[in-house]
Formats: sequence, C-alpha cells, structure tokens
Amino acid sequence: MGAFDYAPAPESRSIVDIAPSYGLFIAGEMVDPVDGAPFKTVNPATEEVLSEVAAAGPADVDRAVAAARSAYDTSWAAMPGRDRAKFLYRLARLVQERSRELAVLESIDNGKPIRESRDVDLPLVAAHLFHYAGWADKLGHAGLGPDPRPLGVAAQVIPWNFPLLMLAWKIAPALATGNTVVLKPAETTPLTALAFADICRQADLPPGVVNIVTGAGDTGRALVEHAGVDKVAFTGSTEVGRQIARSVAGTRKRVTLELGGKAANIVFDDAPLDQAVEGIVNGIFFNQGHVCCAGSRLLVQESVADDLLERLKRRLATLRLGDPLDKNTDIGAINSPEQLARIRELSAVGEQEGAERWSPACDLPDRGFWFPPTVFTGVTQAHRIAREEIFGPVLSVLTFRTPAEALEKANNTPYGLSAGVWTEKGSRILWMAQRLRAGVVWANTFNRFDPASPFGGYKESGYGREGGRHGLEAYLHA
Amino acid sequence: MTTTAEPLADVTASGATLRRFLHGLPGVDQVGAEARAAGLATRSIKTSAKAFALDLAVRMVDLTTLEGQDTPGKVRALSAKGRQPDPTDPSCPPVAAICVYGDLVPVAVEALRGSGVHTAAVATAFPSGRAPLDVKLADVRASVDAGADEIDMVIDRGAFLAGRYLDVHDEIVATRAACGDAHLKVILETGELATYDNVRRASWLAMLAGADFIKTSTGKVSPAATLPVTLVMLEAVRDFRAATGRQVGVKAAGGIRNAKDAVRYLVVVNETCGDDWLSPDWFRFGASSLLNDLLMQRQKLATGRYAGPDYFTVD
Repeated sequence: MGAFDYAPAPESRSIVDIAPSYGLFIAGEMVDPVDGAPFKTVNPATEEVLSEVAAAGPADVDRAVAAARSAYDTSWAAMPGRDRAKFLYRLARLVQERSRELAVLESIDNGKPIRESRDVDLPLVAAHLFHYAGWADKLGHAGLGPDPRPLGVAAQVIPWNFPLLMLAWKIAPALATGNTVVLKPAETTPLTALAFADICRQADLPPGVVNIVTGAGDTGRALVEHAGVDKVAFTGSTEVGRQIARSVAGTRKRVTLELGGKAANIVFDDAPLDQAVEGIVNGIFFNQGHVCCAGSRLLVQESVADDLLERLKRRLATLRLGDPLDKNTDIGAINSPEQLARIRELSAVGEQEGAERWSPACDLPDRGFWFPPTVFTGVTQAHRIAREEIFGPVLSVLTFRTPAEALEKANNTPYGLSAGVWTEKGSRILWMAQRLRAGVVWANTFNRFDPASPFGGYKESGYGREGGRHGLEAYLHA
Repeated sequence: MTTTAEPLADVTASGATLRRFLHGLPGVDQVGAEARAAGLATRSIKTSAKAFALDLAVRMVDLTTLEGQDTPGKVRALSAKGRQPDPTDPSCPPVAAICVYGDLVPVAVEALRGSGVHTAAVATAFPSGRAPLDVKLADVRASVDAGADEIDMVIDRGAFLAGRYLDVHDEIVATRAACGDAHLKVILETGELATYDNVRRASWLAMLAGADFIKTSTGKVSPAATLPVTLVMLEAVRDFRAATGRQVGVKAAGGIRNAKDAVRYLVVVNETCGDDWLSPDWFRFGASSLLNDLLMQRQKLATGRYAGPDYFTVD
C-alpha cells in the first residue's frame, strides 16, 4: 500500500429496507405463490442471506399472464400514447428519486461496486424510461406505419449482470408501445426488480401492466412457453437462448434474444495508448467482466504490444477490489459460486493451453465470491479462452500485424455483439466498422450505452434490437 | 550538467528530428482523457486519507501573488502566511514556496529566511513571454541574483503553435542555463495550446530541454489548470522517467480554489504516477485562495466543526 492510502468510504446501507421474504407482484399486488417454494438470495460479497424470495410455479405464471392479459384488454393497449407516457415519465422520476436506495440495493444483491450502480446503472435506467416515455405518443412517426399496434403480453426474462438496467431495457419499450409484461428477474438478483414493483404501485400504474415473477430456470421456462404470451424477450446465455428459440418455434410468439459475446477490442499502433488502456480496463473489468458485450479479447498490433501491455499492467495494479459498497471500489464480487467456478475452470484451461497468466498483487476477501483481474498473454485463436465466453474479469490478449488480419480475427467467432476499434485514423475506424460483424462497434471508447442507440447481436449473439427507435419494432405489429 | 536526457539525445539534433519525435508520441483522445479524469474525481477521500491529503496539499502550495498592485508589504504578509499558515495550530506545515514577480524577490527572500520556504519568481516576460530572448534571460538572471531558488518561465506559445519547436526548446535550454542552481518550472500555458496532443508534445519538449517542473498555466489565461490537462502532463512525466530515468515535477496552477479540488488532483497524481510524485519536490499547486480552504477543512477534520472565515487570516 502506498503513502496515500484511501480510508474506507462505505456507502450507508441504512437507506435500503430488505424484507425477510417477498411474494410475487401480480395484478398490482404482492401475493404469496400458490405452488412455489421459496429460495434465498445472498449478498455475493459476504454470503449473507438477504431475503427469501418466492419461486413462481406454473399456476403463478398462469395468474401473472392472466393479469397482464386483462390489463392489456381493459386499460393499457387502448390508452392514448400520451397517457401511457405520463406513467413512464412517472416511473422514470421515481427511479431518479429513489436512485440511491436502488443503487445500494443493486450492489448488495449483485456484488457490483456502488460506483458503477450509482454512476452507470441507475442513470441509464432512468434514461431508458425517459427515452421511451417520449416515444409513447409518437409511434406513428417511428417509420413503422401510421398506427402500429402492440403485440399483447410480453414475457421478459432478464439476467443477473445488470438487473435493474435490463429490466428497464425490457419494460420501457414494451409499455411505451402498449404491451403489458410479465418479467422474470434472475434468481440471484431479484431484489431491485421487487423494489421496482413497489415503484409501479407508487406510480399508480394500472394493475397487471407490469407483473414480476421471481424464480429460476423452471419459472422462466413456464413463462416463455405459456400459451397466453405473444412476445418473448430474453437476455442471457446463448445456450438458454437456443432452448427458447426451439420452444417458441411454430407458435405465434415474436422473439428477441440478446445473448453472449466474445468481443474484440482492437488496438492499432496509432491508437491513443493511455485512453486505449482505459478502454481495455472498462471493456473487460467493468462489472467484473459480467457484461455480454465485454471486450474480452484484446487484439493489439504487434508493434505496440509490449508498450501497451506494460501500460495496462501498471494500470491494473491501481484497481481496487473489495467491498462493493465502498465508494472507491473498482472491482466487486463475482455474482454467484456457479459463475466463480466457471471463471476458475476456464482460467485453468487457459493455463493448460499454454497462455501466460498474470494478475496484479491483490488481496481477496475471505468470505464471498471473488476473482482477481486476470490477463492472459500469448493467446491464439486456437485457445478456448479466445473462443468461449468467460463472463468474468479475464482478458485474453492476441496480436495482429495488419488491419485485414485484425478484422479476420475479430470476426472469427460465433458471436457478434460488440467490438472496439482504437486508432487516431478516422478512415480506418470507418473501414473496420463497415466490416466488423458486430451489433455495436465502439470507436476509441468501449462499453458506452445510450438509450437512443440500438443494441443487439449478429450471429449467435442473438437477434432483434433494443434501444432507440429500433427497439420499438420488437414490440409492434409494423 | 546535461540538459537533454541521454537516451533521447539525438531527438533535439534538428528541428526535423524534434518535430518527428513530438508528432510520434501517442495521441490523446480528448473524450477518453476527460472521462478518466472525471472518473478519478469521484474517489471518496475520507478521515485518515483526507488528513494526509490536506496536509500534503498545504505543503505543496506555491502561495502566489502576481498583481500589478503587489507591494513589499503584501509580499511580507504573504510570506508570513506561508511560513505559518495556521497560527492557532503549530502542527500545520508551511507551504512549499512564495511565488512573486522578479522585482519583489528580495523582499520575499528576506521574509522567508530560515523558514525552508522557497522563493519562486516568474520570469521571461511573464505572462505572455513576448520579449526578445536577451530581455527574458536578463529577467531570469536578475531574479536568481536576488536569491530566487525557483524560476517559473513561460514558453513561447507563438513559436510552438507555429511549429517552431526547436526555437521553443532552445529558449528553454538558454533559460535553464541562466537559472544556475535555481529550479526551473516551465509554464506551458495549456489554455493557449488548446489540445491535449499539444499539451503532451509541449510537456515532452520542456522535459527534453531540461525542465525540472512542467507547469500548466500562468493563471492569467482561462482555462488555467484542469484535471484532464494535469492528467496528460502527469502521464508525460511518468513516461519520461520510464524512458530516461530522470524525474520531472508537475505544477497545477490557476483555478484550484478549494480543498476538494486539491484532493482530486492528488488522487490523479497518486493513480497516475504513484508515491514517487506525492511530495512537494514533485508536485505543486500554484494558488492563493486555496490555502485558506485547506486550512478550514483541516481544522474541521480535527475539531468536527467549521470555524467561520474570520478565523483564517486574510493576507
């Protein structure tokens, strides 16, 4: 530890009030499940049990879908867009008003640093709600016909990496377009979705417009396979995405899938190196690397590889890992023991395959689920750690010689969610962006999100777009 | 003493080689640099860390008065303040230096004798730098002869922006020679250089020419010091030491008025350059009103209460 040793600066958790147990949010009320057993949600940084949450069974999913259908038929779909907008604006403002509470709750349940939940997740949640509130009375101008109609009841299944943000990405466009929703948060991170249920009540949202059913994979399956659902929106692993695609094949259900990724972050020799280092750090160590669009493959031009790696390692030594509620923490906890096991397994594979493993000196807390920021050098396209999504703070470094080689390696993956290009040469950015098979290409930045910008994948990273005008299309009969 | 760092000796052989070198430095992405500075500004510095930072910041202050209305009386008052910033608290350290115009150097030297507080003089036709070289050098020699141990020079921004890098370099070398044993701080006036690429090039240029410190601003041009500009300069001194083995200091001057901002600068120093620069020998604040806010926050931390502004001396 250096001379300037930052004292602990913990954000107070007294602002959150976690109930010992939670039911399901159906038709505007918190109700007990009829056929589900409760499960525990824990704080991944301490392994402390936070609350017991209901696992919704098929009968509960039935009730939730029926409530959503009833709200669709009786109030929401026919409501003028400007009135739906009022509710969305109200939700957005309530999220802003309660943002500190929601940020603390997110960090406790998910393990992400408060700096990120406070400065990234919550502002984006509100921004998405505001953005789609603005669309609600302008759907006729979205290029989808003069009066595009909603689909009906949307079944939405979201992951644990950005629990409240993914909720907003799903709920905001669905509600703006006149659909009603049944949303299932991930089993390890249900608490902010349940807090959002309270916000829906606070906003006097008509009962049944938003329903939240907690549970694990069985609940999700029951929801997406339910006959009363018109639309399925899923964010999560490619494996589960495939199952969903199979299960809805041949039905009337429309589907959007936002799945895994193995993004290339490509650094050319004329890149702004110090900012590229920041972009690499933000690309793979943001949210502990639990980011589907993470820049998990660093492709660096061989002529600057040594210089860049030296800068990167020096920078990684300043990362602060620990208590997610400490305002100076950069790297929080891994979300679950299962995820930690997967990261450990693939890292071990990386070593066995001959890549060189490096981590900065870094004390891991005794309790909770932790993994140090890790860099593998000497990785080639043939290594598993260059091909499989690790979903953790693990960077694989590969080199290239020419732009064509960089492009070929970047595209040589079954995924296609995002990519980053670092160069001071504008023409090269355009050349790369036109050829990279990725839904998002960031130029001289990484992991930047904006509600006005569409987000989604090529190839096995899924289909459909979320965000912006494009995000409306997934919820409308055009 | 060599003015050019040995491993890069051939860089300054001609205008062409110098230009090639400076333009070969990695570029600075404006959005990224500003985002990094803004990110570091969110660090939360509390309790023991805050106490450390406030004391360090006091020790790094170059307490400055650079007005047409400066008088011996004003400089004596400022010097007394610099020696003993908080008369109610003997544990409060003195500042690093008193910074004045050249004609007032004798007054400051006299007032600071035996205190360990340095006398810094601005020179080379400060703040514009628009005078013939022999006039600038005479300005420097007069201050050094009068006892200044630190000289804050300004670069010729006109020559820099016109691409005459070697002229700027040679002028710094000549000033360096005129300084004798005095420390040379080279003011880049980043507000007039406008781009971060220029700030990085000017930083390297000044270091190649023998600067002991590189300094952001005169304080007479807006914007003066900013967090991202200081970040880019800190990256430059870090990289320069890695390349040559010679350590150069950084002075952020102008516009830093409160303790919160000063602590943010120290965080940027800490996370860009590390321990080696966390000392008044290697990082300075050029400021005047900053000192009283540091003292107020220092007292608040010790006692738990804010004293009113009347409890801090106005000099």
